[in-house]
Amino acid sequence: MGKPLIFNIQKYSIHDGEGIRTTVFFKGCPLSCSWCHNPESQRFDKELLFHSDRCTGCGACSTVCARKAISMEGLSPPPETIPRLDRTLCRVCGACTTACPHSAREIAGKEYELPALIRELEKDRMFYERSGGGITLSGGEPLAQDMDYIEELARRLHAKGYSVDIDTCGCVPYEHIRRVLPYADTFLYDIKLFDSQAHRKYTGVDNGLILENLKALSADGGKIRLRLPLIDGVNATEKHLTDIILFLQDNTIRPNRIHLLKYHSTGSGKYARLDRLYDGTSMAEPDAGWLCRAQDLFRHSGFQNIQIGG
Amino acid sequence: MAKTKERGMNDRIKRLRKLSTETQPHIYIERAVLETEAYQMYEGKVSVPELRALVLKHFFTHKKLYIGEDELIVGEKGDYPQAAPTFPELCCHTLEDMHNMNDRSVVNFTVTEDDLKIQEEQIIPYWEDRSMRRRILDSMTEEWKEAYAASIFTEFMEQRGPGHTVGSVKLYEKGYLDYQEDIKTALDRLDYQKDPEALNKRDQLNAMSIACEAIMILGRRYGELARQMARDCADETRRKELLQIAANCDIVPAHKPETFYQAIQTYWFTHLAVTTELNPWDAYSPGHFDQHLGPFYDRDTEAGILTRDQALELMECLWVKFYNQPAPPKVGVTLKESSTYTDFANINTGGITPEGEDGVNEVSYIILDCMDEMQLVQPNSNVQISRKNPRRFLKRACEIARKGWGQPAFYNTEAIIQELLNAGKTLEDARQGGCSGCVETGAFGNEAYILLGYFNLPKVFELTLFNGVDPMTGKQLGPRTGEAKDFQTFDQLWEAYTKQIDHFLDIKVRGSNVIESLYAKYMPVPFLSVLTNDCIAAGKDYNAGGARYNTSVIQGVGTGTIADCLSAVKYNVYDHGNCTMEELLAAMKEDFRGHERLLNLVRNHTPKYGNDDDYADNLMRKVFNYFLDNVSGRPNMRGGTYRVDMLPTTCHVYFGDVMIASPNGRLAHKPVSEGISPEKGADRNGPTAVIKSCAKMDHLKTGGTLLNQKFTPQVVAGEEGLNHMADLIRTYFDMDGHHIQFNVVGRETLLAAQKNPEEYRDLIVRVAGYSDYFRNLDKPLQDEIIERTEQGF
Repeated sequence: MGKPLIFNIQKYSIHDGEGIRTTVFFKGCPLSCSWCHNPESQRFDKELLFHSDRCTGCGACSTVCARKAISMEGLSPPPETIPRLDRTLCRVCGACTTACPHSAREIAGKEYELPALIRELEKDRMFYERSGGGITLSGGEPLAQDMDYIEELARRLHAKGYSVDIDTCGCVPYEHIRRVLPYADTFLYDIKLFDSQAHRKYTGVDNGLILENLKALSADGGKIRLRLPLIDGVNATEKHLTDIILFLQDNTIRPNRIHLLKYHSTGSGKYARLDRLYDGTSMAEPDAGWLCRAQDLFRHSGFQNIQIGG
Repeated sequence: MAKTKERGMNDRIKRLRKLSTETQPHIYIERAVLETEAYQMYEGKVSVPELRALVLKHFFTHKKLYIGEDELIVGEKGDYPQAAPTFPELCCHTLEDMHNMNDRSVVNFTVTEDDLKIQEEQIIPYWEDRSMRRRILDSMTEEWKEAYAASIFTEFMEQRGPGHTVGSVKLYEKGYLDYQEDIKTALDRLDYQKDPEALNKRDQLNAMSIACEAIMILGRRYGELARQMARDCADETRRKELLQIAANCDIVPAHKPETFYQAIQTYWFTHLAVTTELNPWDAYSPGHFDQHLGPFYDRDTEAGILTRDQALELMECLWVKFYNQPAPPKVGVTLKESSTYTDFANINTGGITPEGEDGVNEVSYIILDCMDEMQLVQPNSNVQISRKNPRRFLKRACEIARKGWGQPAFYNTEAIIQELLNAGKTLEDARQGGCSGCVETGAFGNEAYILLGYFNLPKVFELTLFNGVDPMTGKQLGPRTGEAKDFQTFDQLWEAYTKQIDHFLDIKVRGSNVIESLYAKYMPVPFLSVLTNDCIAAGKDYNAGGARYNTSVIQGVGTGTIADCLSAVKYNVYDHGNCTMEELLAAMKEDFRGHERLLNLVRNHTPKYGNDDDYADNLMRKVFNYFLDNVSGRPNMRGGTYRVDMLPTTCHVYFGDVMIASPNGRLAHKPVSEGISPEKGADRNGPTAVIKSCAKMDHLKTGGTLLNQKFTPQVVAGEEGLNHMADLIRTYFDMDGHHIQFNVVGRETLLAAQKNPEEYRDLIVRVAGYSDYFRNLDKPLQDEIIERTEQGF
């Protein structure tokens, strides 16, 4: 059984399902949405993050790097110098993260033995029990990981009596969904774009599998919370919503709850840490009035529990 | 948030509240003058307890009275709202002190030229050599004075009397004539044949009877004044109100109250008498006010003589009364450890009844409504949350708390009861107990639980690392327990630390015992003794062990800092060899300048308390248990024992100010951690992890702990946010947590308020076991609150 990478374990998670939860963020996702606010969640490998705001240009990282992947550039003396990382040379050994006196370097992605992970997740047991909360497996994409690990994790947590939610983009073989279905409480299921061409443009993949899986999951009795990220300039249109409504109606999919998640750009700063560019020029937050109308649209089509936000 | 808003349910309350909040606190010298007169008349002619009672009587007979235009509840400590009497018998202020009170930028009091003249000519000459402060300092040893000066501990009674006095249901079941009957019975029972204490008891009981007379004189005089004002009043509505006030004063405080209105009035007279008799640390508090008033409310509303709105209006009038009384002026270290106008009256709402049933009633909700509307920092209001209380009550309290001004704080009823049982109280007394002051547990009406001072746990560790030398001054303060570099194991270092703790605790306790004895001898409190069981039956004073339970409490400060310091040393020096002891000490001495790698190591790559990480949390437990075991059970001078609390008021700022940098990366002069909260910025796993870490301390063995949580408004928004907040509190309490309180305010707001204090006059934040106006805090404390970890997701 392989050990997937986890890039964050978020406690007191109150926007990823019922009650107070702990959310496990697995690293690696089949999609690469252009608005993704966790860019470090996309790749399946460990990655080196660089917090330039903490860097003083001292050069400790460059000195310690065995592969000479970090060079100091710019004017000397410090702080005008800045370290430049050649990611093609870097093997993410972590030597620079320990050497940096200012915690400017950090590795995203950590492996956990299953028992250690479960011990960590059980720490907040009393909060789950009091609030009707539990554990949410999220990502990245939890169902695009080593499924022996994920299934066993879900099975053990379920056997211990915890509510396990799966936060998925749905772009995985249905077999993966089927394997966790017996242990899952609720699926937090995203539809990003209904139009398949646009879906390819903004997420890099086709949405056929996602929609098929949603139908199958619904047919198999999975409890679904539908999550719709809404981005002005991308999908915050009435057409997008009516397409989804028709799709749900045609396939008699009845989500327990529908979340209208408005786009925010708070993750944009994270791209620089990976030496990546974030292009948010064509994306904006939909206005509150439109969101309320969107909420009404669902309500008038017979859906209940339409919520703005997580 | 609304920057300024006139608060109050109607115009009357708005006017009263406005007057109270906009009047500048000022010195009220008349008490000192009348007290001096009384001493000159009676000292040497009567026993000490009688002398003290005669002071109260003389004062209440002659003091200037005040009934404000809109008032329904009457009685002021001074002659106007915000008038603060002085207590020269405790602390005789020098002229320099008086100037300082007037001039300091925060917690200031206006002092007039007349005040200064009176102080110089009448007060200082008489009191200078006989104030308690003088007696105390004269009785302390050199080593005590040195440790005190080095801020290893503080001393609460250095300029204030023993406090923690909370009213029980008795206040509403008897009038002061009835108490006089009880006193007479006790006098009749004195056994002059066999009891060598009989004469002392007689003096004490006589004094209690005089004290009862004193409060009845005050009540009578207020009745007369109201009647006289009614005669001169042209406005018919107000005339009727004044006559009603007079009619109330005909009944209370001499007799037991008959109505809801009279019950509040009698409480208020009692409050004034307790806080005028002496200046007790932690003022006076009505305890389970909702439970006490509940039967009056039911009776009056059923009889049709009281509506809910009228009850709320009376409650709001009382709130203004509390706010009208700033804590008497403090100076020196006492000002530093308690830098606030707040007088720590703390009302417990909710909880359970003496029979063990849900204690929430309609008055509980009226109190919450009042708290919500008034948004005043005094009285300090809390809710006691029992698993038997309705969730509606918890949620209503959360709804107010999330508005962000720090009230109500949340206390765990079941924990309080177990703490009290663990300290030897009966189940009935435990159920009627609660918290007063900040978070301190006591058996209301039955216990004198005296706070003695803060103990600086991180500072003692600092001395340990320097072989008993205070690195701030170079003085050898503690025993030579060895050079830190010579310790081969963490256990050796730990042993040295425990020797230092022992040494300073012994000094502290010896000093406190002397001070308690001085109070028993020179400063009895006959009035408070009337109210506290079983002083009358025992013929003994509250300050001399007359209460049913007599506890002395030392408060440990710096839990988070000390846990992280121990972790920093153990983890990096002994377990992993990341640095040597010499390197660490050098970095501390140089405030980590030029030691960036080390600073990053101890700050960012070392286990920290507050993250549900057993490595650091076990060290917290280790130091807490050692402190607890060493203090708990020591006998005090009043027939009781010592206990511990874990709270700081504002002392964590003072304690940190006199320290160099700490091994955990806390820089020189920065505050140490407050209460049992983690060191600032150390908790990085959210509120559940903080709560888990804090719950690893055995709260049930303490007399109270204090946990602050700061949230951004978004986290607690909406119905879901409210539910999560309620669940968070409930879970902490399931884990036996004692207390939790919230600041719900964004960092930007605080920064803006620091810049433009005038625009944020109403901004209230939770400090320690109390809330205060942000503008009233000095800059280091403001900074400290801004830096407290904000839980936002």
